[in-house]
Amino acid sequence: MSAGEGVDSGPATGTGELLDSLGPRFEGLEPRPTTDHPATRCRAEFIRPLLKTLRDEYGYLMLMDVTAVDWDEESPRFTVFYHLLNPKTAQYARVSVDCLDDDEPEVPSVVSLFAAAEWHERETYDMFGIRFTDHPDLRRILMWEGYPYFPLRKEFPLAGIETELPDSEVGEATEAKVLPAPMMGGPFVAQSGQPMSASEPRGRDESWTEHHHRPEDFDALEGPEQPETLEDRSGDKPRIED
Amino acid sequence: MAETKEISVGDMGARAGELAERRAEANDGAGEEMGLNVGPSHPTTHGVLRLLMQLDGDTVTKCEPVIGYLHRGDEKIAENMTYNQFVPYTDRLDYLSPLANNVTYAMAVEQLAGLEVPPRCEAIRLIISELARISSHLLGMGVYGMDAGAWTAFMYTFTEREKLYTLFEELTGARFTTSYTRIGGVARDIPEGWLDRVSAFLDQFLPILEETQRLLTRNRIFLDRTEGVGVITKEDALAYGLTGANLRACGVDFDLRKDRPYLGYDRVDFDVPIGTRGDCYDRYLVRVEELRQSVRILRQVIADFPDGPWYAEDAKEIFAPRKDKIVTSMEELIQNFMLVTEGPRMPAGEVYFEAENPKGALGFFVVSKGGGVPYRLKIRGPSFSSLSVLPKIVPGHMLTDITVILGSLDFVLGECDR
Repeated sequence: MSAGEGVDSGPATGTGELLDSLGPRFEGLEPRPTTDHPATRCRAEFIRPLLKTLRDEYGYLMLMDVTAVDWDEESPRFTVFYHLLNPKTAQYARVSVDCLDDDEPEVPSVVSLFAAAEWHERETYDMFGIRFTDHPDLRRILMWEGYPYFPLRKEFPLAGIETELPDSEVGEATEAKVLPAPMMGGPFVAQSGQPMSASEPRGRDESWTEHHHRPEDFDALEGPEQPETLEDRSGDKPRIED
Repeated sequence: MAETKEISVGDMGARAGELAERRAEANDGAGEEMGLNVGPSHPTTHGVLRLLMQLDGDTVTKCEPVIGYLHRGDEKIAENMTYNQFVPYTDRLDYLSPLANNVTYAMAVEQLAGLEVPPRCEAIRLIISELARISSHLLGMGVYGMDAGAWTAFMYTFTEREKLYTLFEELTGARFTTSYTRIGGVARDIPEGWLDRVSAFLDQFLPILEETQRLLTRNRIFLDRTEGVGVITKEDALAYGLTGANLRACGVDFDLRKDRPYLGYDRVDFDVPIGTRGDCYDRYLVRVEELRQSVRILRQVIADFPDGPWYAEDAKEIFAPRKDKIVTSMEELIQNFMLVTEGPRMPAGEVYFEAENPKGALGFFVVSKGGGVPYRLKIRGPSFSSLSVLPKIVPGHMLTDITVILGSLDFVLGECDR
């Protein structure tokens, strides 16, 4: 494969050099567009041998971070990112792995190579529902055991979703639940590239509170659009004549 | 709701035989394991860390940290607001050094924007980062002494921290939640005479630091409790991704300020202290020396403080114009309006940036699809990695050593749980 040739890998990130020597050894290794560190895409089945090579032969002794990105509508939907550090040269490297299955995302675990991966992979599983195969103890880490959702997936609303309390006994006795947070007043989100009325900051999907109930047909409404924008109003009957 | 349970005690005579049997079992050396829960609300856990431990007598055989009690969903919140709006949330990561978090976050986003800030802004940021380090290490040192039973050092370090917070208040308007940086600059220039007051603080601080460290460094009890306790090997430290003073105490010579200089750290002269044994005592010594080095760095920067603008003036799509211009000039008014409503216009891309914060390397991974809102913002809290090493190093220690080991790791749950 033509590893790194003619690909804009940003100013002096070293992606090309790294790929030139690694490319022939790992099938399907592709450069990833980057402006800061050498970055490469890797196929899921090669992630363990690739990180092992980077650790043992290239001096990337530290796994600083494992995380994922949910690309929402796109497929592959989930990409797992690894950030490695070489403490001798103070160089970072970024490796990304696309999860082939959008509904049941899976990636081989690298805990056997880096002990740091144990918690980072647990967190990624907790937040995105990506399963790391062969992980010794893949449990939730920030949310509680038994929590039914994956909060950093894009479809999960910012306010949260009504859930049972972690302690079912307390939940039964008090009938209390984990409730979505009231969102009136923010946090705000802005959408650029839309008409000014639509780009004014507003709570993206939660403009209801204890006093303003959630619209019944909310799910049918399109994306972040609110029912009442300036356009909607101007499309109505002229108000002045009323 | 409360129900009274009746427990049948049966025939006391028969029970006496049972008890004797059990006692004999406990004394035969095989040992009976006992589970112990510490936290999440306990003074030695420095926040809301919970430890599930198995004890054999007084020896810990298994330790499992349970985190997440301070999880606020910062990363989700970041996806829902413009870049500048997220600055106050970074205060609440490592809440013992909010200024350093502000700086690291701003620099990560600026790297995404391809933005360079003027020298004066860099100097201001360097000064507040080092002051944050002093304030954080002072707390780390004080409560660490307290964990080991030495109360007095804590009083000294907290007095010094108060003086620092007065300086922060003058600079940012807040003592704790500073929110001082903006993408492309800082919120405001330093006040008149502030640098002199920082210098005056440093002059009186060094003698007090020496006095305070003498309370601990050669303290027989402190030595007995920390030397050889909680040893982390070099290999473990690297494998678990430990950073900052915890990594350097294990003998790894790595400091992002030296090895990957930012903010003009390459222009100042300072030493990086390295430990030899990786025990609790080394971690303490490294922090004390880092305090001295921070003073050294600060003196150099203050002596050569650059003039000029304190924000990236040419970054019109990112940094808000001056207040007086906004109310007098149409172009600046529109620019300000666009920035407030839509956020700074960022290019699409991926950036991972780490800076040497007091607790270790704080990293931000920003994924942008363009526009004013990050598509994904991952925060890499150094305390998260520092705590993940506990199941490895704690087993085999006495229960009373746990407080010392926790104190020596100097973690903060705000950035661990995020």
